[in-house]
Amino acid sequence: MNWVIAFILTCIAGVVLIPFVPVRWKGFIVILAIFLNSLLSGYQAAAALLGQMFSYTMPGSVITGAIPVRIDALSGWFILIVNFIFLTGGWYGLFYMNGYKYQRKKISLHAIAFLILHASLVALLSVQNSLVFLIAWEFMMFSAFICVIFEHEKESTLKAGINYLIQSHISVVLLVTGFLWVSFKTGSYDFLAITTFSSSQPGAGAMFLFLLFFVGFAIKAGFVPFHTWLPYAHPAAPAHLSGIMSGVLIKCGIYGILRMLLLIKTDYTTIGYIILTVSVISGLYGVMLAIVQHDLKRLLAYHSVENIGIIGLGIGIGCVGLGSGSYIVASLGFAGALLHTLNHALFKSLLFYAAGMVYQATHTLNIEHLGGLIKKMPQTAFFFLVAAVAICGIPPFNGFISEFIIYTGLYQLLQQAMLGSLIFVLFLILGLVLIGGLAMLCFTKAFGIVFLGNARREFHHEIQEGPLLQMVPLGLITVFMLFIGLYPQWFLTMLEGPVRLFTGNPGAAVPLFPVAFAGTLAPLSFATLGLILLILAIYWIRIRVLRNRQVSFGLTWGCGYVAPTPKLQYTAGSFVRSYVKLNKPTLTFSKDEKEVIGVFPAHSHYETNAYDKFERWLIDRPVKGLKKFLTRFLFLQNGSLQSYILYGVLFILGVLIIPMIYDTLLMLIDFLKRL
Amino acid sequence: MLSFFLILLSAFFFTGVINVTKSIYTGRKGPGILQPVYDTIRLFKKGSVYSTTTSFIFQIAPTIYFSTVVMAMLMVPFGQSKGLISFNGDFIFFAYVLALGKFFSIISAMDTGSSFEGMGASREALYSMFAEPAFFILLGSMALLTGQTSFQEIFATLHLGSPISYALAVLASFVLGMIMMIENSRMPIDDPKTHLELTMVHEVMILDNSGFDLGLIQSAGMLKFSIYGALIVNLFIGMFPYGYTIPMFFAIQFGAAVVTGTIESFMARFRMSHNAQFIFALTSVSLLIFFGVLMLLGKFI
Repeated sequence: MNWVIAFILTCIAGVVLIPFVPVRWKGFIVILAIFLNSLLSGYQAAAALLGQMFSYTMPGSVITGAIPVRIDALSGWFILIVNFIFLTGGWYGLFYMNGYKYQRKKISLHAIAFLILHASLVALLSVQNSLVFLIAWEFMMFSAFICVIFEHEKESTLKAGINYLIQSHISVVLLVTGFLWVSFKTGSYDFLAITTFSSSQPGAGAMFLFLLFFVGFAIKAGFVPFHTWLPYAHPAAPAHLSGIMSGVLIKCGIYGILRMLLLIKTDYTTIGYIILTVSVISGLYGVMLAIVQHDLKRLLAYHSVENIGIIGLGIGIGCVGLGSGSYIVASLGFAGALLHTLNHALFKSLLFYAAGMVYQATHTLNIEHLGGLIKKMPQTAFFFLVAAVAICGIPPFNGFISEFIIYTGLYQLLQQAMLGSLIFVLFLILGLVLIGGLAMLCFTKAFGIVFLGNARREFHHEIQEGPLLQMVPLGLITVFMLFIGLYPQWFLTMLEGPVRLFTGNPGAAVPLFPVAFAGTLAPLSFATLGLILLILAIYWIRIRVLRNRQVSFGLTWGCGYVAPTPKLQYTAGSFVRSYVKLNKPTLTFSKDEKEVIGVFPAHSHYETNAYDKFERWLIDRPVKGLKKFLTRFLFLQNGSLQSYILYGVLFILGVLIIPMIYDTLLMLIDFLKRL
Repeated sequence: MLSFFLILLSAFFFTGVINVTKSIYTGRKGPGILQPVYDTIRLFKKGSVYSTTTSFIFQIAPTIYFSTVVMAMLMVPFGQSKGLISFNGDFIFFAYVLALGKFFSIISAMDTGSSFEGMGASREALYSMFAEPAFFILLGSMALLTGQTSFQEIFATLHLGSPISYALAVLASFVLGMIMMIENSRMPIDDPKTHLELTMVHEVMILDNSGFDLGLIQSAGMLKFSIYGALIVNLFIGMFPYGYTIPMFFAIQFGAAVVTGTIESFMARFRMSHNAQFIFALTSVSLLIFFGVLMLLGKFI
């Protein structure tokens, strides 16, 4: 039996079985099915990554034509990421969902959607028939939607879900346009038709096609200015799903862009500069807004925008390298992008899982209400800290490696660029450095306020760490991250396959990319290891020394004030106040304020929330205008059944009559011509 | 390897020279040159007091901070002799390793739950963010000029250029000198001698550290001075034989320390709210170097 059929059967069996088993089994069945599917697809993916491409043609139907399933190294890389994140996410979700175990029906639906989400993701990464791809895309979107609105009794969750659904469909419109255009011109739904089509249309045609796909996939990936759905959908979803959405779902957009780069043959340099511009703006804007968020998950969601920007930078560098025919720049760019895709999937899911732990324990995600959690939840704090260090791109973790590769790509690009692009590349470096610095500001704030200091608010229930088994996936991810940080050479060798898809074989004169770069990475991993050993050695000395010294405990120094309350602590808002003051032009805040009036003021409060400028100008204003325009047609919706029937009749008449009139007109013109 | 010992050696005197310069300007006799070292040694011998609010972060942070500075020190070359660690793009690693130390010193300040230390942490995070672009653009321009991407190769090749490259080197040493002030929290960014917690940056972050940990932080500070001094030295020495370069090393380090002391004697700290702009303006000086490099390379067509 072919594994593709086995994959589909496992999925169907899971979906059929889930509603009929007791609640505690549902989760296990999902994990089991995902595990089986991961084995099936992962085996092929790993083989593809190592150079053995998988190709299989399903018979398909009259409408779709034959359905080619091809797993090349690029698909393989993404499928492996998807599988790993789904397995850890599913495991974590098993415990996260424990709090909802009495809501049987919702759990069933969630479990089914989760399973389908995984299957559809793998499907759209391996199927190369545009119609089936779109169907898988829809499946992915709807199952994600159902997963997101798990807590649909909350109005904000439902709203976020619908926002996500609508924006995703805008992306579908663009994708459908692109795919239909190609299939209309070539008569085939196979992805290869895109290549034939684009090479028959050099210049503007192919470029326009690419831009259609780029915008379509960029909405999914969350590039600025198409990111506005992200900060709503991520916080609304349950934690394991936020991790998966941020870790792999938005990477579908990246996959799509990379796939289209492979398929569409056009002017790579121009495309590269377009992608670079969009990316650096995404990166900066994402982190600039992340800093001012008070909702922990929303903050993380904005960081997804930032990291997508960094991945985009890699892709852009790769494209410019391709355009200028520089093998090493192109390889560095694509390798950086692909490695950062994996890295971001790891540390971002880890961050979301840790945030989920916080939510489970405290039932709030408002940073300003938290504090001092490190004493009650040391393990969660540890994992959050590791991920925070990694996401800032700081050694010894994985984030640094991919950023290092992208930096190297940028500096290589700098060496060969001419004046105009030189200055542009310099600003890209500036952008990337600022992104790193801002991320540090943001994560010292997030970690410091949530986990350190004293609790800012008393909770009526006891705060405790989640079960130890729930920590296992987090630990796995951490080990994986450290492994990438310490031994990046191995991953670079793995990346040879996907990178070569883009760059081709450089020929005997130039050494292959991983070999050429290994000379740099070997001392880097040696240095990273040295750093860790150095820290351990000094810490050991410190322990030995302190053993013979008198160590005592006291209050934090408060300038002589000995009765501090937790309210005196620095808050998240005050931590970033000077940043906010500097950045006033780019940020908008909505204030909710009740001033203190009179000698004996009753109740007063003050609350500020950051708002997204892009959202205001791109979503809110147009929607408001559209609403205003459409209210003029409200008279049509008058509530009387008779009118509605009339509309129906008019519509049917129209459908019938318009072609007839058209035909008559044609005949008339024909007749006139003959005269 | 040579640079390691030279930096270590000059680190012993750097802070002392600053203090002596300051006392000479103020007409005091002042402490001896090695007084800061004695102070630090005394700190290493002392016991510690920890705040009850703190967690393990506060315990490990000084160690990590110190280790990262040592790590950075290992990467600084000296003329033709490489640092202990040297590879293409090592200056990126240099900056990010130092960032690791900063990350931990910031969160360890927040670990105490004191609003003063939170204030210092917030400032430190903001300033270090603004200082980094200048460093990256500076090294980027150097890399562009020399066609190399590792510290040692950049500095070794830099010398071979025209005399104009020395003009650039002067500008570059200004930038590095300012970064040195920012990294070490000296005037005009931060006043280490201020007595008010509200106006400190670095000092307020380490208010609750004591004993061994404080010793680590102080010695890391000394090393940092010396590291940046060594980077400045490297801009000038190029391929000269060691007979000249080693005295030059100490002369420049001494000069840097005297200049620091002079600045501290005659300037007041900038307004806290203007610091960020000032630091970011450093980036524009770096940009100036970048355009100088472009001119040297004839890329302005």
